[in-house]
Amino acid sequence: MFNRKMMGTALLCCSLGFTSLPLLADDGGKGLTIAQERKQRDEGWADSESKTTMVLRNAQGAESKREIRTLSLEIKDEGDKGLTIFDEPKDVRGTAFLNHSHVGKPDDQWLYLPAVKRVKRIASRNKSGPFMGSEFAYEDLSSFELEKFKFNYLRDETMQDLPVFVVEQTPTDEFTGYSKTIAWIDQKDYKVLKVEYYDKKNALLKTLQMLDYQLYLNKFWRPLKLSMVNHQTGKSTDLLVHEIQFGKGRTEADFDTNALMRAK
Amino acid sequence: MKEFWLTGALRHPYWTLAWVLALAFAMAFGAKNLYFRGDFRIFFSPENPQMQTFDKMQARFNKSDNMLVAITPASGDVFDPKVLAVVKELTDAAWQTPHSLRVDSITNFQHTAAVDDDLQVEDLLLELSQLDAAKAANIKAIALAEPALVGRLVSHDGSMTAINITVQLPEKDQNQEVSDVYNSVRALTDRLAAAHPDLTFYHGGVIALNNAFSTEAKNDVESLVPLMFVVIVLMLGYMLRSALAATAVVIIIVLTIIATLGLAGWAGLFLSTATVNVPTIVMTLAVADSVHLIASTQFLLREGLTKPEAIKKAVRINTMPVLITSVTTAVGFLTLNFSEVPILRDLGNMTAVGVMLAWMFTMLLLPALLMVFPISHGYAEPTDKATQMDRLADWVIRHHKAILPLTAVITLASGWLMLQNKVNDEAVKYFAPATEYRQSVDVLEQKLGGVSLIDFAIDSGQPSGVNDPVFIKAIAEFALYLQTLPEVTHVSTISDVFKRLNKNMNGDDPAFYRLPEQQDEAAQYLLMFEMSLPFGLDLNNQLDLDKQATKVSVALKNLGSTQMLALEQKARSWMAEHYPQYAMEASSTALMFAHIGERNMTSMIQSLPLAMFIISALLVLSLKSWRLGLISLIPNLVPAVIGFGLWKLWSGEINLGLSVVASMSLGIIVDDTVHFLAKYKIARDEGRDTEQAIRYAFHSVGHALLITTVVLVFGFSVLILSNFRLNSDMGLLTGMIIVVALIIDLLFLPAFLLQFDRSKKTAAASTTSGEKHHV
Repeated sequence: MFNRKMMGTALLCCSLGFTSLPLLADDGGKGLTIAQERKQRDEGWADSESKTTMVLRNAQGAESKREIRTLSLEIKDEGDKGLTIFDEPKDVRGTAFLNHSHVGKPDDQWLYLPAVKRVKRIASRNKSGPFMGSEFAYEDLSSFELEKFKFNYLRDETMQDLPVFVVEQTPTDEFTGYSKTIAWIDQKDYKVLKVEYYDKKNALLKTLQMLDYQLYLNKFWRPLKLSMVNHQTGKSTDLLVHEIQFGKGRTEADFDTNALMRAK
Repeated sequence: MKEFWLTGALRHPYWTLAWVLALAFAMAFGAKNLYFRGDFRIFFSPENPQMQTFDKMQARFNKSDNMLVAITPASGDVFDPKVLAVVKELTDAAWQTPHSLRVDSITNFQHTAAVDDDLQVEDLLLELSQLDAAKAANIKAIALAEPALVGRLVSHDGSMTAINITVQLPEKDQNQEVSDVYNSVRALTDRLAAAHPDLTFYHGGVIALNNAFSTEAKNDVESLVPLMFVVIVLMLGYMLRSALAATAVVIIIVLTIIATLGLAGWAGLFLSTATVNVPTIVMTLAVADSVHLIASTQFLLREGLTKPEAIKKAVRINTMPVLITSVTTAVGFLTLNFSEVPILRDLGNMTAVGVMLAWMFTMLLLPALLMVFPISHGYAEPTDKATQMDRLADWVIRHHKAILPLTAVITLASGWLMLQNKVNDEAVKYFAPATEYRQSVDVLEQKLGGVSLIDFAIDSGQPSGVNDPVFIKAIAEFALYLQTLPEVTHVSTISDVFKRLNKNMNGDDPAFYRLPEQQDEAAQYLLMFEMSLPFGLDLNNQLDLDKQATKVSVALKNLGSTQMLALEQKARSWMAEHYPQYAMEASSTALMFAHIGERNMTSMIQSLPLAMFIISALLVLSLKSWRLGLISLIPNLVPAVIGFGLWKLWSGEINLGLSVVASMSLGIIVDDTVHFLAKYKIARDEGRDTEQAIRYAFHSVGHALLITTVVLVFGFSVLILSNFRLNSDMGLLTGMIIVVALIIDLLFLPAFLLQFDRSKKTAAASTTSGEKHHV
């Protein structure tokens, strides 16, 4: 469904001298198979809640911290829903961000501003923009959906003593900030260990490392530390997840715009 | 040792040749380490306080290295849909620029509006398909009313628009990175210019400046160095009347230059806009050594000596004078080490080493070369030339009573004029009006407004302090104050963003175009806006990581460095008076150049007495006379005073290149005095009176001084052809001072001696006290 746009992007890139974007995956569908397995293994977690500290660092190592809480709801055959509540800095405490991921159309996003007690919709063209001034873009944090990428298996490698698949993922959305991402996926549990992000001029922009994986409900692997480094600016952001709880019985009613105003 | 080498050189010239060539090539091999740097940072040492502030601000906020592309349509209206389409095309394509972080233009300006109670944040021109006459008119209305755009990315009258490409260079091979960025953007604009002949493109920004530094240095290497070579060869041929003798000198010069560059490479130095002309300067200075030696040899050959005898004697009588003049020249250049500017220190050190190498190669190799080459006897100087000098001597002796007061008056007047010169360092003005960079920047300034910037970083003192209404108010008032200054053409401030957001969040009601009153309100509006911005267009260039500080960018008319420093001071005073609780720092490349000019001038003026002292001490040593050493101070100082006085009439602006001319030229012009006084002293020691001694000095060195002056003036005149004003001004003023020095040495010095060195007229002169303090 995105072929026309993809073609346009590819033609543009070719005309500018970049020919590394594949029009068709030539890996016999292996990349897609790996992605399907990854997606399938993570199904059934229903809902979760977590507390996270966001540590922003500039190239000189100066730090700034933010505290957030995140509620997530799994939606079958459609993008997940997420609600993020800001606790720190104080002057944005109570501000809540609601995201409805979609498959095949742009996400819906709203922000609740407690200072004026109003909910405002945010345009989804910003998906390439930074989340709370961090090195994470919205699209880096949005739920993993097969339709958002074209996959191309590159090779096997070993990482942290584990055999991994190296898979190239080309975003299908025209508002993406990337030409491609490359993911290192552990072959046993399909945990994503590392992701490299390439900008629109095909230069390495960022690297994400996912560390301290914990197993929840005997099935779901979650990293407790996500470390994103921007190679072009030298800035970095760590997401430190303190506690994750599953099965709190959340429903879609907790994730509509009315719920935003109740979130605390 | 000297005799041993000399005898060996004459007996085994080919062995000597082999040894010296091996030595020269061992030195020259270091050239493999040489590289070129064209970025503006080479003007600043790591300890430079303005450089440190600059780096600190670049670290705190995103880097501000940029390339600016401006477009002027022939129609005079950038809001013509056809022009807007090109702007959008260029904006989108510019993201492909190597090392680019963000691209800003009127088409991707993140326009905010209230739409159905939501905050719409969108490119001013998002889709080309939207573009029609009505949309273009709408864009025009918004853009020309937007304080963030007018005077920065679009001119007040809408006749010029600019696309700003912010880059962050990895700084691994900066020269390569600069040219990658520049060439990538140039390829893009050249293509668009070919497709749209009605549009004119201009290039500015730090990248264009750095690129211009490299381009002009390259032009200097490609045009000035070969030209200098041609000039030298022609002059040598004329002076020596022997192609082979000239060839010998060329060999010495070539060895000197490759060894100089090689040693610079071994020392870990790099080439820059200042040091690419070291070969030209070294060539100029090196010629004299060889010419003295060859001319003496030819003279002795004409006297009937055999070749080995003639060479031996020529070396013997020239070793000391050539050494002294080389050392004084080297000392003059070594005082450049007091400069605040690293590349001027490099220039001084490389030239000093080159001058000494020239002396060494002349002494080591030239005797062997003269032995091998069948050189001609040169030509006997026509006697009428000698009588010209004799007539000049008579004239000076006759008029010396008038010459002295006249020189005094001229010197005093020049001294007064000299003090009227103003230190001025504007990187833009380092480039001749003929250069493409200068032309672009001049048009940019004229149409768009100021191209030189000052960034003020204001620290609220606490995290999230930028959202504090008191702080925002301070920033808004500061911006308002800056706008009242006549030099300021544009102020970019976060307070304008807050006002706009407040209006948008209140249904675009113009009454709400004011600052939010509560901190949480301000913080959440800003968060909302930030979360709506796409890749690369965030607020990191205006706010730091934890929103403790903000950067206010001020665009200025092209100011001299004095006015720029005054403006910085005014801004600081305003802040200190009204909001002493907030710390403020100021920085920008233009401001750094403004400071470096002043700092460098101060340090060079302080170093001048030291140079005077060392050089005078050397003169006392070589002349073996306190009295003559002291007398020589005057003819050595006066030329620089008159030179800088004339400079006031010519230009009146002293830049980095000129600040080093005084001590640099001192080491060169001292040679004239040495030669003149040495001959004068010989005559006095032989018992002649002052008048006769002066006649003898004129007769024996007058013509030689004229010739060496011509060589030096030609050499430094070649630098005048540089499009880089630090080099061309330096060449011009040094040349002027050298001419003045010759006039002073031939007119004033003898007159002075007649007046003040008269007492010992008898043959006893040579034994009187004061003349015999040999060391």
